[in-house]
Amino acid sequence: MKSIFKPLFSVVTASMLIASCGGAPTLGEKSKSNSGALSSGAAEKVYVKPGDHDEYYAFVSGGFSGQLAVYGLPSGRLFKVIPVFSQDPEKAYGYNEETKPMLNTSHGFIPWGDSHHPDMSQTNGELDGRWVFINENNTPRVARISLETFETEEILEIPNSAGNHSSTFVTENTEYIVCGTRFAVPTPQRDMPISEMKGNFKGSLSFVKVDPEDGNMNIAFQIRMPGYNFDLAHPGRDKSHGWMFFTSYNTEEANTLLEVNASQNDKDYIAAINWKKIEEYIANGVGKMEAAKYAHNTWDDDAHTATSVMEKEVLIIEPKDVPGAIFFLPTPKSPHGVDVDPTGEYIIGNGKLAAAMTVHSFSKMIKAIEDKAFDGEAYGIPVLSFEAINYGTLDQPGLGPLHTEFDTRGNAYTTFFISSEVVKWNVKDLTVLDRHPVYYSVGHLMIPGGNSRKPYDKYLLAMNKITKDRYLPTGPEVCQSAQLFDISGEKLELLLDFPTIGEPHYAAGCPADLIAPKSKKIYRLEDNTHKYVVKTEADARVERNGNEVHIYMTMIRSHFAPDNIEGIKVGDKVYFHVTNLEQDYDVPHGISMIGANTSELLIMPGRTETFIWYPKQVGVWPFYCTDFCSALHQEMQGYIRVSPKGSNVPLTYTLDDEVPGDEENL
Amino acid sequence: MRKDKILVIIGGLLLLGVFAYPLWKITLVAPQYPEPLGLNIHINKLSDGVQFNDVNNIDLLNHYVGMHHLPSEDNVAKGVIEPFHEFTYMPIIVGIMIALGILFGVLGKRKLYLLWIGLISILGTLGMYDFYSWLQKYGGELDPNAILKMTDPNTGEVLAYNPPIFGYKQLLNFEVYSYPAGAVYFIVGAVILIALAWLLAPKQKN
Repeated sequence: MKSIFKPLFSVVTASMLIASCGGAPTLGEKSKSNSGALSSGAAEKVYVKPGDHDEYYAFVSGGFSGQLAVYGLPSGRLFKVIPVFSQDPEKAYGYNEETKPMLNTSHGFIPWGDSHHPDMSQTNGELDGRWVFINENNTPRVARISLETFETEEILEIPNSAGNHSSTFVTENTEYIVCGTRFAVPTPQRDMPISEMKGNFKGSLSFVKVDPEDGNMNIAFQIRMPGYNFDLAHPGRDKSHGWMFFTSYNTEEANTLLEVNASQNDKDYIAAINWKKIEEYIANGVGKMEAAKYAHNTWDDDAHTATSVMEKEVLIIEPKDVPGAIFFLPTPKSPHGVDVDPTGEYIIGNGKLAAAMTVHSFSKMIKAIEDKAFDGEAYGIPVLSFEAINYGTLDQPGLGPLHTEFDTRGNAYTTFFISSEVVKWNVKDLTVLDRHPVYYSVGHLMIPGGNSRKPYDKYLLAMNKITKDRYLPTGPEVCQSAQLFDISGEKLELLLDFPTIGEPHYAAGCPADLIAPKSKKIYRLEDNTHKYVVKTEADARVERNGNEVHIYMTMIRSHFAPDNIEGIKVGDKVYFHVTNLEQDYDVPHGISMIGANTSELLIMPGRTETFIWYPKQVGVWPFYCTDFCSALHQEMQGYIRVSPKGSNVPLTYTLDDEVPGDEENL
Repeated sequence: MRKDKILVIIGGLLLLGVFAYPLWKITLVAPQYPEPLGLNIHINKLSDGVQFNDVNNIDLLNHYVGMHHLPSEDNVAKGVIEPFHEFTYMPIIVGIMIALGILFGVLGKRKLYLLWIGLISILGTLGMYDFYSWLQKYGGELDPNAILKMTDPNTGEVLAYNPPIFGYKQLLNFEVYSYPAGAVYFIVGAVILIALAWLLAPKQKN
């Protein structure tokens, strides 16, 4: 994103100065003050007093950190970083034996991802607070995160795709999330000259079915679209439910210097996909299973262990086989976001290189399809006549529109990257109502539920790509940020700036009471089906099998059982299978071993986790609890005696000089 | 049927509530436990008073100061503590009192009503005394190897941790509240009904 816009930024800034000299009144207002939240009352509005809870959750994408950050609104306090696509040594995600399979792909284990667009599950077009989905751009994947445990429960790789950007975007009843291809590629992949891209590369649009009971994801079908770059997406709402809209750029199909060569066409396309119709076609036998290779990683919560399965095929739909289901809506000019208002009538193209917002009408689109008001076709897909579908244009609202969200009062809020502002406008009247500068160069914005049928339109969160002088400097790399606005009144009121992790792309938000009451406190030990669980100290033990040693260890305030182990030898492979026997809220224990070539384990009450240690040096080596668990935390430690290879020291394990279980030590 | 007879039978049957509800509830609040821990004491067992696993969690905290293990089903099964014999014979006694209530109601003798009230009062007093002694033993007989050995700053004596039998007491970081629970109200209700029956019953000539 940054790399696309930085050169453009300077060019357009220059032209904006010229335009200002000519007296462009719409852009003049913003330079009055850059001090932001000075109006009285802003501090009170964001002050959540100690011990009180925030009103909203915000799930903000961590961008190139690969994770998902959980904030409270209006305070902007960071509660948790949920590891999704990147390893997290703090939580052992991607390090312990249980979660490593989550990061498996058809390219092998990948420790990093680029997370982009979280979206929350819905029922009847309203947020239901069950799951958050988020996509990974670099190695195309989508993930599902439980909002009871705040843990990643599933990651599905998307084959025949590259740059999984137009994702996740949940339909009204969480029937599907989608995955569009941002970087058209040969499909299936093959060895061919890059210069022969045009007409040969494809842009797959994948529809991932979500099981309404357990949320499990599967690719229902992939539409093999022309090789455009599919950028963002939005499902139809209410009257347009059943349709999915994808923006595209590079309909020029340029394979080099895209900043110039992909910006030539006056109009690119919004692809309108009638997925309900495609479901009917599939039910009638349309589509072909093709070989593909992609990882499907699922999490068993009782065993709290991930399994990675390599899937072998995917259902491909050719557009020519589903007439009447796919259309192109011509939209100026390299549109970035496409957004559908809560009524489902207005389809808004944020033409990032145009100084105008294009508003298409869903009812006019349906009529144009009935009337066959086509303006030619592209690779066999009908292009609807711009005049036949267009509701109107909002001229000169700002420069570089990227994304739009909605309130319940018929208003839209659009971010402008180049003119660095949020603009409030009325969709029906196509009039600008207010504008407010942001600091600086805003990408996405989020109104909790703002992409659903029922926005909770009190707050608006703008997520910025550049901060420059807004915070204390931290060397060349400075934070990115979010800015909170109060949108309950007629004017946008800036309330708060706060830094974010990685780069915040999209976010999902919802009222706290949708999630907080069901947030899990502990895992029941009795439900633990981990392969190496021990449920009482009496069962703690050490077993040797050749040079493999399995330590079945328990932890409870404030000791390990066993805590003295002898008979380990250099060259052994030592498994620590550690169970936290606690059944009390907020009493995790951690463990690490000197010289372990992996992260600590941070084990929640009732769970078992495993790490592997390779003893390399003779001696007596300590391990300890890494999370300050109790008044006797510093005493929660143990020793392992490591003897030379071939030594005769017998394998023993004790707690308080007894084999655990022989006599209770409490 | 005479009203007093019915009242006595109902009174006797009211004691069935003793099997359904705890007799006493001890609640512990501390900075680390904004949602308190709770211990329900039933006629035949201990149970979690506020949240899942409270009994074990209280037991876990108690080991820091060297208190006895709680006579919970888990601990008895693990063999770390002798079973609390009252949990075995108290239900039998209550069962007998129910049977006597019904029997005395059927017989409809005024003196027997008084006898029932007398019996339950004696049993109640003994029960409270037994409970008090257990609290003393539980909070006072501390493991000499306890992790935390606290002394009273004024007297220099080892601190005891016996919870109050009724009301509030501060024990280290915990505010401890101890109050009768549901079952006690059933007993009181039974006594009131049978006392009422005694007033209503016709005086018999001897």
